[in-house]
Amino acid sequence: MTPTVTAIPWPADPSAARQPWTPRSDHRVQSTEMDNVQTVLEDVVRQDGGRLLAALISRFGDFELAEDCLQDAYAAALDAWSRRGLPVNPAGWLMTTARNRAVDRLRRAGTLRGKLTQVAFNRGQSPISRDPPLPDSIPDERLKLIFTCCHPALGIESQVALTLRTLGGLTTEEIARAFLIPTATLAQRVVRAKRKVSRAGIPFRVPEPPQLPERLEAVMAVVYLIFNEGYSAGSGESLIRADLSQEAIRLGEVLVDLLDAEGLVAHLPEAIGLLALMRLHDSRRPARLDTDGELVLLEDQDRTRWDIQEQRRGLEDLDRALAMNQIGPYQVQAAISAVHVRADSYRETDWPEIVALYTALDAMSPSPIVKLNRAVAIGMAHGPGDGLTALETLADDPSLAGYAPLYAARADLLSRAGLTDDAISAYRRALELTENEIEARFFRRRLEELANSKTSGRSEKGGASA
Amino acid sequence: MLYAMLIYQDETAAKAATEAEMQESVALFEAFQHQMDAAGHVQGGQRLRHSDTATSVRVRDGKTMVTDGPYAETKEQLGGFYLMECADLDQAIEVAAQIPTAVSGVIEVRPVFTDPFGP
Repeated sequence: MTPTVTAIPWPADPSAARQPWTPRSDHRVQSTEMDNVQTVLEDVVRQDGGRLLAALISRFGDFELAEDCLQDAYAAALDAWSRRGLPVNPAGWLMTTARNRAVDRLRRAGTLRGKLTQVAFNRGQSPISRDPPLPDSIPDERLKLIFTCCHPALGIESQVALTLRTLGGLTTEEIARAFLIPTATLAQRVVRAKRKVSRAGIPFRVPEPPQLPERLEAVMAVVYLIFNEGYSAGSGESLIRADLSQEAIRLGEVLVDLLDAEGLVAHLPEAIGLLALMRLHDSRRPARLDTDGELVLLEDQDRTRWDIQEQRRGLEDLDRALAMNQIGPYQVQAAISAVHVRADSYRETDWPEIVALYTALDAMSPSPIVKLNRAVAIGMAHGPGDGLTALETLADDPSLAGYAPLYAARADLLSRAGLTDDAISAYRRALELTENEIEARFFRRRLEELANSKTSGRSEKGGASA
Repeated sequence: MLYAMLIYQDETAAKAATEAEMQESVALFEAFQHQMDAAGHVQGGQRLRHSDTATSVRVRDGKTMVTDGPYAETKEQLGGFYLMECADLDQAIEVAAQIPTAVSGVIEVRPVFTDPFGP
């Protein structure tokens, strides 16, 4: 029988947790149950790993020590649970084991007295207790952990790796696969990052109000980067890597819950806006690739394949955020996505509204990419000629030089304007510039279609803009 | 925690400074140091002479080789350092950001071993 992977039953009677082991009735564990133990452990890690780590860091004041000891505890659990059966309180078991390891290590290093005195003083609790703590008694310090992992003193790659490893539910192997890098490279990155946290003194706390907005922005940027990494790969074949996007959405939920629980309500609208944005994007995922794995543009997507439930959750989040009356870039982006998902077709989309939203977004956080999207929306709202005019101002922007989507957008507007030859050369340029194989195949397909439309007698004057 | 704050700056600009500008810079550093000292941060620090006075020394196969100039010929050179006691990296960043030349050069913040012969 497969164990339930979504809910670990916690003992209602706290005394049950005092026994280190509560073997199940058939406590002679079969070797085939090794897999089950693995599954249960993975689930506990997914569910409670971040909380356990945060509590350990809080207790011992050392990120690297806490992380190492928690990893030790995971390894010990695999062995012990297979031989002696699952504990009633797996998270508590892991906490106790990791804590004991940490105490052992500190004792050996001769630093126990100093560390524990300090900890006991700080937290007003007895340094060592033999009972496995119940989950409710483990304080939720994950918000501090998020800020530690996304500290600007760590490189962005380290921030992403550390956040996924400590707060996410993916294994090192899964994260490495999603980022198309060898597991050893990712593991090394994590080792270096946690070493820096410890040695450079990156603090474990929610930043003070003057720094909080900036630092929270960095946290949200990491979450959104993870989402986008899963939504569209920059290079390689796997355009859609759903695991990462799911993970980012989960992190977004955790962030909202934690900010809410800490009473940091002023920062909720944007955090919820980010969650809404990710969900609304994600709701279109089922229609983004066709059966051959080819990219399908929003314009051509089969809207009946969109995930209605995810869409509804995203729209609810957006409403909740907007009701707080504190608009920000993530909310505006979510609002743009909402206009798209509410439309019956690409053509019937409320394009003037989208132009207005992009204008607002560009005013809040000016960016050439936003201006590019705005130009595309203008092309839809007022015709390809106006879109091309809006694009022209961007042609000389150095940050867009070599940016394939700029040429793809130009090509699309040109073909809608009936300027097939110009469209072809713009698509050729986009094709030269892209590093994404699926995107490249799409450009080749468009080039073929344009070439065919020419030979089948549809001259430049009778173009697709009709 | 103890942090070394290594002050890097473009020496050509410093050399081109007028006497008045130089005095102003010194006054800024004095004020900064006074303030940080009062807050209990300052554990040490020195101002270095320009890198054209530097001598690099290497010993290879028992032979001492001496060259004129700094180890790395870069536009921004180490011009001085502080040793600052700070609660954590966030406080160290806050302190480093107040070093007068942070607005023109770069401050490299490095944690210092508590026990130089320890782990």
